[in-house]
Amino acid sequence: MKNTEIAIIGAGPAGLSCAVEAARAGAQVTVLDENLKPGGQLFKQIHKFFGSREHQAGIRGFRIGQNLLEETEKLGVNVLLSASVYGIYEDGLIAYIKDGRDHTLKAKKIVIATGASENALAFPGCTLPGVMGAGAAQTMINVNRVLPGEKILMVGSGNVGLIVSYQLLQAGADVVALIEAAPKIGGYGVHAAKIRRAGVPIYTSTTIKEVLGEEKVEGVVTVSLDEKWRPLEGSEKEFRVDTVCLAVGLSPLTELAWMAGCEFTFIPALGGHVPIHDSNMETTVPGIYVAGDVTGVEEASSAMEEGRLAGVACAESLGYFEGQKALELKQEIWRRLDALRTGPFGEARFRAKNEQLNARRKLA
Amino acid sequence: MMQKQGVIYQGYPSEEELSRIPGVPSDERIKKGPVAFIECAQEIPCNPCEEACPFKAITVGKPITNLPALDETKCTGCGTCIAACPGLAIFVVNGSKEKAEISFPYEYYPLPEKGDEVDCVDREGRVVTGGTVLRIAKSQKYDATAVITVQVPKEYIKIVRGIKRLGRS
Repeated sequence: MKNTEIAIIGAGPAGLSCAVEAARAGAQVTVLDENLKPGGQLFKQIHKFFGSREHQAGIRGFRIGQNLLEETEKLGVNVLLSASVYGIYEDGLIAYIKDGRDHTLKAKKIVIATGASENALAFPGCTLPGVMGAGAAQTMINVNRVLPGEKILMVGSGNVGLIVSYQLLQAGADVVALIEAAPKIGGYGVHAAKIRRAGVPIYTSTTIKEVLGEEKVEGVVTVSLDEKWRPLEGSEKEFRVDTVCLAVGLSPLTELAWMAGCEFTFIPALGGHVPIHDSNMETTVPGIYVAGDVTGVEEASSAMEEGRLAGVACAESLGYFEGQKALELKQEIWRRLDALRTGPFGEARFRAKNEQLNARRKLA
Repeated sequence: MMQKQGVIYQGYPSEEELSRIPGVPSDERIKKGPVAFIECAQEIPCNPCEEACPFKAITVGKPITNLPALDETKCTGCGTCIAACPGLAIFVVNGSKEKAEISFPYEYYPLPEKGDEVDCVDREGRVVTGGTVLRIAKSQKYDATAVITVQVPKEYIKIVRGIKRLGRS
C-alpha cells in the first residue's frame, strides 16, 4: 500500500486546481483519474472563457488546461492515469484499479472532484445509434477530431447545447435546429446569438416526439408544447438529421461521496443530491473534501475556484500555512467565486450554494 | 403565433433591447467614423472588453455582471475589443463613407480572402445582401479569432452581423 498526504480523485479543472494549491503550499499530492489523459472536460473547451482576468477570462479552455497541467508537473504532483477509484474506506483508504490490477492508497486527506455526467432523455428511438450526449459529441469533434454526423439536431438551450452547437458548426457539421422544451432560451444570449448568426433556428417550447430510423437516426419529429408543457397536436415538425445531441443537464457524480458516508442535501438547482460541505469544501466526514461539479453543477471557472479552496484548506489542515496566510487565500478565492455567482444567471446558483452551506451549519 | 421578441426568445437582442443597452453608439457617432457596437444585453459575469480597450472607452466596473458601457467619444473603432469578447458580441461599424463597413469576429475555416464577394447575413443568419471583404485581421493576441471587415450598402449598417459560412472544398 502506498501513502500520500492528499489524494485527489479526478484530474479535471477542480482536481488539478486543488492539486496546484496544495502542492504549492508544500503538501505531497496524488491525483487519480480514470481517463487516459488528465484535464477532465477542459481540453474540449475550445471557446474563450468568461469572467474576468483573475478567472482567466478570454483564454480558451484547453489552454487553461495546459497551464494547469504544466503547473502540476512543475510542482511535482503525482498524477495516476487510467486509475479507476472504486472505493473509499475508513482511515483514508482508497481502492482503485490500474492496469487491470487492484491497488490501495492511504491518504491523510481526500478530495472528491469527480465532476458530473450528462443526463439522458427518453423518447421513441432514443437508443438508436446517432443519439448521443452533447458532451460526447464535443469530445468527438474537439478531442478526437471526428464528426459524429453531418446533420445535427440539438436538444437543450443551456450553455452546453449552445456552445456545442457552435463547435459542431466550426467542425463542419450542419446544425439543422436547436430545440428547447422551456419557453425561453436557458443559456447565455451571446452563445445563442453566435449560432443564430450562423443560421441555426432555435425553437422554444418544443421537444422530441420521436426519432425516425431502423438501424440509425434518419430523422426526428419534434412537437410544440403548450404553457403546461403538454404536446400540441398538429404541431409536429420533421427534420432530416443523422444525429441527435442531448444537452439536457448534468448530474453530479456522487457515488464515492455516498460510499464514504457523506451527508447529502437535495438541491435541484445544483443537479439533485449534492454532498453537504462547509466553506472549506470539507464534507460531513472529517478529512474528506469535495470540489467542482460533484458539489453541484456549475461551470469550469467555478470548479477551478472550488478546487483551489479545497487545496488550500487541505494543506492548511495539514499545517502547511503559517499565521493568517490560509485565511487570506481562502477569502480571496471566495471573493472570486462570489463574483462568478452574480447576475441573473449566477444568482440562482449563489442562493443554491448558500443553501448547501447552511445545511452544514444546521448540522453543526 | 407571434414570435416573442428579445434575446431570451430569439437568441439575439431585439431592436428595442439594443436601443437601451449602454454598449450601442448613437446614430450621430456612427456617421462620424468607426465605432464599437456592443451587443451584450444580459448581465453575465464577464469583463475582458473593459481591459482590452486601449482608450478606456468601455466600462464594466463592479460587479462584473454590469453591462459594458461604451464611451463613444473615446472609442476610435480600433476593433481590439472584437476578438477579446468571449461572447463574440462586439462589432465595429463605420457609417462615415459612401458604403457601410462592418467588422465582426469569425471563427470558421476556411476564411474568405480580401476582395472576395461574400453573402452577408443578419442576426438570424439570413443572407440580406452581398458585400466585399475589405480586411481580415489575425493576430496572436486574437488567439485564432479572425476579425473580418466587409463593405455593404449603407442601409445594412445595423443589420449585417456576419457572413454566410464558406463551404469546405
